[in-house]
Amino acid sequence: MSEHLLEIRDLKVTFGGLDALSGLDFHVDEGEIVSVIGPNGAGKTTFFNLISGLVAPTEGEILFEGESIVGLDPSIVTSLGIARTFQNVRLFPNMTILENVMVAQHCRTSQQVFGALLQTKAFKKEESEIRERAEEILGFFGHRLVGYRMDQPAFALSYANRRRLEIARAMATQPRLLLLDEPVAGMNPMETAELTALIGRLRSDWGFTIVMIEHEMKVVRDVSDRVVVLDHGVPIAQGSYDEVSINPSVVEAYLGRPVEADR
Amino acid sequence: MNERAMDLPRSAVDQNWPHVLRWGLVCGLVLVSLCLVGMPVELDKRAIIERHLSLGYLFVLLVPIAIGWVSSTLLVLEGVENRRQGLYDLVTGLVVGLIGGGVLSLLMVALDNWNLRDPLVNWSPQLFRFLTYENGMGFGAAAWLCTGALLGLAGAALHVVPSVVRRTTAFVVFGLFFLSVLEAAISDLSEGFGLESLTDWLYAKKGGLTVTSTIVVGLVIGAASMVTRGRVKAATNRYRDMEGAERQKASMILFVVVAVLCIVLPMFLGKIMNELLANVGIFLLLALGLNIVVGLAGLLDLGYVAFFAVGGYTTAVLTSPNSPWFAPELHFGVALVFVVIAAGLTGLLIGAPVIRMRGDYLAIVTLGFGEIIRLLFMSDWLGPYFGGAQGITNIPGVDLGFATVKGTDPRSVFYLVLVFCAIAIYTSWRLQASRLGRAWMAVREDEQVAEAMGINTVNAKLMAFVVGAVLASFSGAVLAAKVGSIFPTSFMILVSIIILVVVIVGGMGNIAGVLVGSFVLIGVLGGPKQPGLLQEFQNYKLLIYGILLVFMMLKRPEGLVPSARRSRELHQDEFLQDAWLQGDKLESEEEEGTVVTATVSTGEVGGAEE
Ligand SMILES: Nc1ncnc2c1ncn2[C@@H]1O[C@H](COP(=O)(O)OP(=O)(O)O)[C@@H](O)[C@H]1O
Ligand SMILES: [Mg+2]
Repeated sequence: MSEHLLEIRDLKVTFGGLDALSGLDFHVDEGEIVSVIGPNGAGKTTFFNLISGLVAPTEGEILFEGESIVGLDPSIVTSLGIARTFQNVRLFPNMTILENVMVAQHCRTSQQVFGALLQTKAFKKEESEIRERAEEILGFFGHRLVGYRMDQPAFALSYANRRRLEIARAMATQPRLLLLDEPVAGMNPMETAELTALIGRLRSDWGFTIVMIEHEMKVVRDVSDRVVVLDHGVPIAQGSYDEVSINPSVVEAYLGRPVEADR
Repeated sequence: MNERAMDLPRSAVDQNWPHVLRWGLVCGLVLVSLCLVGMPVELDKRAIIERHLSLGYLFVLLVPIAIGWVSSTLLVLEGVENRRQGLYDLVTGLVVGLIGGGVLSLLMVALDNWNLRDPLVNWSPQLFRFLTYENGMGFGAAAWLCTGALLGLAGAALHVVPSVVRRTTAFVVFGLFFLSVLEAAISDLSEGFGLESLTDWLYAKKGGLTVTSTIVVGLVIGAASMVTRGRVKAATNRYRDMEGAERQKASMILFVVVAVLCIVLPMFLGKIMNELLANVGIFLLLALGLNIVVGLAGLLDLGYVAFFAVGGYTTAVLTSPNSPWFAPELHFGVALVFVVIAAGLTGLLIGAPVIRMRGDYLAIVTLGFGEIIRLLFMSDWLGPYFGGAQGITNIPGVDLGFATVKGTDPRSVFYLVLVFCAIAIYTSWRLQASRLGRAWMAVREDEQVAEAMGINTVNAKLMAFVVGAVLASFSGAVLAAKVGSIFPTSFMILVSIIILVVVIVGGMGNIAGVLVGSFVLIGVLGGPKQPGLLQEFQNYKLLIYGILLVFMMLKRPEGLVPSARRSRELHQDEFLQDAWLQGDKLESEEEEGTVVTATVSTGEVGGAEE
């Protein structure tokens, strides 16, 4: 049986009578980059909240590697291999940059109190592995998050760097599926172009499968294999970027404006 | 009229009168409340300088100085030409002090004419005598008007004089104050070293410094402060800037010095001082445990005393022959194993139901649990097992083979506590830089995100409860062995609160802060029942704790010894500005002419929920 990495069937969630999402069927295959687009309030972030277990669906199935993950704690979902970033960047502001990435490896490591107290070999080994991995991940973003920065608190970072650190933190959980919620929001064109390239490398170098929410059409066009369009919680189109961008209902959802990448 | 003329006073009497009046009344109100609380009369018994100055007068006299200083503090504006402080500020201080003295005189008149002793228990003839210097109304009023004005002036003058003078004065005054206040400790110590003659010279027979010693020591301190100017700061800065191996070496030396002091010093101390140190240690142990729960994991546990009680009672039941129901009379060391188990289980038991609550709810529920545990130990229902209100007595000391640790030998208790404190400090230190410690911090910062990043927050929080519980139970065990008996009244809710104050005042999330907090609060002021160095403060301890807490929360929320982390958190805005200014420079260097994003938004980062 050809199994999807993530498969969602007839997903529905209701907030106080309002259907934030309904009738959503969705799947991602290993190695894909799928973009989810739609106007504000379409339910995109809610969709991520459902997958990552922060919100429980009213109806429907979410299968990850063929197993249902509905009702599991977010931490378990993460340990199964789904990591996410947050649209309104939510770092651990008073922990250092390095600590932010180190702490995200929690579910991949196992040392407990006694290891730390007795400073066992296993503890020291694990600790240095955690640190090395964290440095490696931070190094992926060039010189921006390494060096003296590693010991700065996260809140002291510039906005773009906070977004990068969010991605780094998600990477550190060693996921198979990475959910990026508007990764380039608030970045300037230069930074956007750079991050677009990095998203491609997240797949090619690190082997992550990626689902990305994005408003920046240029980014969507450049990186995604497939695009899903949500409007008022209902999927209105799926397909390649080119197919979707000429789809009449999509055009209508975007206020009659043709969907086009700038430039 | 141009703009500057609007801002700057034209002459010394062109004061901002509402401001002056407000501070004057504040000064008066503080003085009157101090008097009516009864502090001056009670503290009058303790001499600071023999026959000339008592602690009571000192407190009253300090108020106008402090408020004179505060009221004449100039708000310095960056980048604008600021007014030089001078005569104008002296007048401010003078008038503020004068008003304060006036209000106090009014109190005197009231004391003389009415009797309000019914609601105000300290409305007494003694207070009147204290205030009038036993010289009658007229003299008292005139004296207070004068002293108030002069002291206010002195406070304001501190702004005007050169900084050398300010520094030297502060050193001399505080030096003499501490020398006098620490009389018991110092005479105890010098007795240990066989230097009785020194204390005989320093202190008068009835307590307090002698006049000669005040003058001589004052001069010595003054000279010393001139000599050391800038050196101490330079040394700490040097230490802070050290890196890698050098820093490690310096830390090592520091550690060895402290360790040797801790071991050697008690040998020269007498019973009272050792007793005091042992008490400090017991509370330090509690504070270190609470610091893990509150400071690291961010769980505001107000029922922390419960674990202290469990430790004490477990030890009592297992070691005392008088345990009413089950008395195996185990050795302390063996009992300790069960203490750890019992505390861990209690931690789980209390933790499990409350762990899903957040913030204030957690605080309230744990507050309840803390009280429930005490009431259980007190109840008739469990009386047959734990002795109810009679408690459990006759708890033996700790038999170490070569020596016995027991309450009658406070030095041995101190050493025992020292061992446990060392364990607790080591534990805090190691855990902070471990997988679990990081998970705690993440939970403190943003629980939901921590969960989404793969941390089982329930487990992490339970572990914080358990580790905190075990440390508190050690403290309880030591208390049982030290006091030799255990009663429910040793575990009042007040203990929880005092430990929390120690942690907050010292500096949350910071081991050094907790150490300083314990020494300052428990050592100087005293614990809930244990006297501190200033035994005269016994009745005002809670008042001072409260004032200190409010003051710290307003002025220095990061505590006396802030952890760099906490300090950043609480002064985020300022820090962000710095980072922004620095980062701006650095990024533009790094990114070579590309558009710089220095958009550092102030306010909270991990803000609203989605
Ligand atoms: N926890 C919640 N409770 C109530 N309503 C919610 C909640 N989360 C999201 N919503 C609503 O669901 C809708 C979709 O929101 P969201 O998923 O954030 O949209 P977007 O596509 O812009 O990310 C919005 O109307 C929002 O107000
Ligand atoms: Mg959204």
